Amino acid sequence: MLELRKDIFADERDDNLKEIGKGTQRQDMLGHVTGTSSYFNDHKLQGMLHLKVVRSTQAHARIRRIDTTEAERSAGVRRIIRGTDVPVNLNTLLSLINFGKDDEPSLAVDKVRYKGEPIVAIVADSEREAFEAIARVKVDYEPLPAVFDVEEALSPGAPVVNETYPKNTFTYHEVYDHQKLRFGDADAALATADHVLEQRYQMSPIEHAPTETNGAIAAPDTNGRYVVYTSTQALFFSVDTCAKILDVPSNTFHFIGGTVGGGFGGKVDTLTEPLAILGAMLTGRPVRYVFGREEEMQFGPPRGAERIYIKDGVMRDGRIVARKIRAYFDSGAYTRLSSYAAVKCAAHLPGPYTIPNVYGDVYCVFTNRTPATAMRGFGVTAMDFAIECQMDKLAHLVNMDPMEFRILNAYRDGDMKAHRREAKNTALIECVQVAAEKAKWPLREEYKRASSRKDGGGSRAVIPPTPTDPSRARPAAAGQQRTSYDRLPPTVTREPPREPPPPAPPPPSPRPAAPSHGATRFSSVFGTRRR
Amino acid sequence: MTRHRGRGIASINYPIGMNLGGDPSQALVHSNPSGKFTVALSSIDLGQGMKSVTRQICAETLGVPVEDVYVDTADSDTGPHCMGSFASRGTHRVGNAVMAAAREARGVMMEAAAEELEVNAADLDTDGRGNIHVKGAPHRSISTKDVAIAAQFKQGKTISGRGIFLVPLSEVNPETGEMSPATCYAHACLVAEVDVDDETGEVAMVRMDSAYELGRALNPRLVEQQLVGGAWMGVSHALYETPEPYYPEPVHCPRDFVEYLMPGPGDVCPHDIAVLERPAPDGPFGAKGPGEMCANPVLPAVANAIFNAVGVRIDDLPITPEKVLRAIKAQGGARPQARR
Repeated sequence: MLELRKDIFADERDDNLKEIGKGTQRQDMLGHVTGTSSYFNDHKLQGMLHLKVVRSTQAHARIRRIDTTEAERSAGVRRIIRGTDVPVNLNTLLSLINFGKDDEPSLAVDKVRYKGEPIVAIVADSEREAFEAIARVKVDYEPLPAVFDVEEALSPGAPVVNETYPKNTFTYHEVYDHQKLRFGDADAALATADHVLEQRYQMSPIEHAPTETNGAIAAPDTNGRYVVYTSTQALFFSVDTCAKILDVPSNTFHFIGGTVGGGFGGKVDTLTEPLAILGAMLTGRPVRYVFGREEEMQFGPPRGAERIYIKDGVMRDGRIVARKIRAYFDSGAYTRLSSYAAVKCAAHLPGPYTIPNVYGDVYCVFTNRTPATAMRGFGVTAMDFAIECQMDKLAHLVNMDPMEFRILNAYRDGDMKAHRREAKNTALIECVQVAAEKAKWPLREEYKRASSRKDGGGSRAVIPPTPTDPSRARPAAAGQQRTSYDRLPPTVTREPPREPPPPAPPPPSPRPAAPSHGATRFSSVFGTRRR
Repeated sequence: MTRHRGRGIASINYPIGMNLGGDPSQALVHSNPSGKFTVALSSIDLGQGMKSVTRQICAETLGVPVEDVYVDTADSDTGPHCMGSFASRGTHRVGNAVMAAAREARGVMMEAAAEELEVNAADLDTDGRGNIHVKGAPHRSISTKDVAIAAQFKQGKTISGRGIFLVPLSEVNPETGEMSPATCYAHACLVAEVDVDDETGEVAMVRMDSAYELGRALNPRLVEQQLVGGAWMGVSHALYETPEPYYPEPVHCPRDFVEYLMPGPGDVCPHDIAVLERPAPDGPFGAKGPGEMCANPVLPAVANAIFNAVGVRIDDLPITPEKVLRAIKAQGGARPQARR
């Protein structure tokens, strides 16, 4: 059920429109519900061949030898494509916007970096014959130690996943192994906060699970051109990526798409088009390369996992005074788009709240797993999970209603955001108020009267002095309650129940000599800057 | 066995368009001799409704009925460049490009109509039903069809327009992270209500109440489709899905929809949504974009509701019955928090 709250912000809108705001039926509705909309895979071309790839059985290995002699004799095989057949067999997607180094081959040559990495492509008369030939390809691997955990990948002596980035991290600004965000003095504010809460969050990978899997059909056209039917989410992105990999002018291609069976970010990587076109170039026949469901789930890129550490300082009255975050994006074996998401994540800190001291380090880390890519909420979804769970815990710590706690800390028009731009056109407070109303969640009068358009700016618009050097450890303020997260061994609940009010905070304790598991991890995270 | 009920909330914002900008989109609009318009794009309709929302934007800007506009996408030979359908950029970026193209086409259409009606183009208006008339004198009018015929066959004018929208690329300060990530932000708050079974660790969704602020709901039914579906993606993300159930160990990875767990029809709960509209100064008719952000508040709201129900914090996704049960056991039983 959807209700339009036209009463809110009515003075900022002209609602006197004719077509805008109407629930007009979709232009493509009839086609979709009658099954007549045309998708890329609805093009069955005369003489069409089918392409499938030999995928690595190893997570990390040197390739000693690839033997295709038996596969070449297999029934129906028209062409076997190796890495050396790919004109430019090294690319990174965002090279189109001049971001990052080429780090990923279309077909692996001397090394595989994740289980499922394509090594050889086989073009055959049918998918079945392509699979039969694949079973006859022999790859001689020399297994290498693999790394799957983002923090292990950063530790000294970790296996090098991708030689383009020998420290297993993407390089930012040609200097740093992470993207920084610095606003105010988070360490100083943490030292004076009434409560400090340190927590660790782990986002799971997730599959885009589109109804239609990734795929493309490429066919030789007249005048030396190729027509390509594709499931891409980004038509020219794919055109330009193919032009680079195949080393031809982009107008060699006539790409046709636009009606796609779900994407959610999983159809930006241009995984099938280059090999389908190359197959068509090498055979002179139409070539279809479509992921099966298992390929889509296991070797199509997922949303990458993210590990996030948050350390917040909050005062007894509910004001958050500092937020310090360290986040790791698990990019898998290659960059794809995770490097971009890490910057977007840094920009998103500290969430939609006005916090005077914010510190963030965001890493894009390489591991020996299927490369991750964009997915709905890219760079933000996991951080929102971490921040909003953290907000709930902070509200409990200071014994505040979680809705009122958010309104108290919400950003408002005129506030300075941590990335040093003024907040405008904000509406978080109104969303909280309306959600509370809908859920019949009582808010006190002063919180019902709060507005995104009031009480912002002024001292909240100031960019605070921000230390550039690593700040020294400061003694904790008297009366500070430090709450670290530590699930093992299970101990008493650290967060007091909402009612009755929490007991007075314990007396100040010096930094423990042997800190808890969670605290150790955390201080090791923030203590040194790894390069 | 006891089922404990709990409520949790989360509030979020979301940047619209590619982070840092630098992501242009273009549109071409032209009329055929019958006064019907075609919008040529290379943008992708993934099912989200790209064709429909740009069609409405074009019709509104031209001042013609939506039936008189058809959106053709995506063909690299005929559609001008678009960065792609991602980063919640479709409505905002492509919508603005279509608006600019439609505005240019409307300018020619009004000039052509003015010549036919022998008045000043500034004195004309469209009625949104396929006619152009003199302001304050509706009887002095001409149909868009007659204008199109006159423009092309008599006046030698092309009723067409080109549009591009670009947010210039922002730099990023390496030391401070100072940057201009986005020009506008959508907002949301969601309340999740769950039942947690302290014997099995199972979490059942009871209901969701939410408020989403999207600048303007250009088509409320498309918005509803995004918000309802997106919230379920959020529930699924929170409670069910992952291709790597033992992350970071890459084992027992599912291969199909039998092995990959997602909620089914029996797991769905009511979701009551309110939409707020605070227009973005640079959005097409103020619109931002509901695409990505709709799933985001659900994950933490569900986790927070589970805490409220049984007193355990699960900070590793997905929140499986196993994790809930282990955490309940570790704290010596369910500890329901204050009812909200």
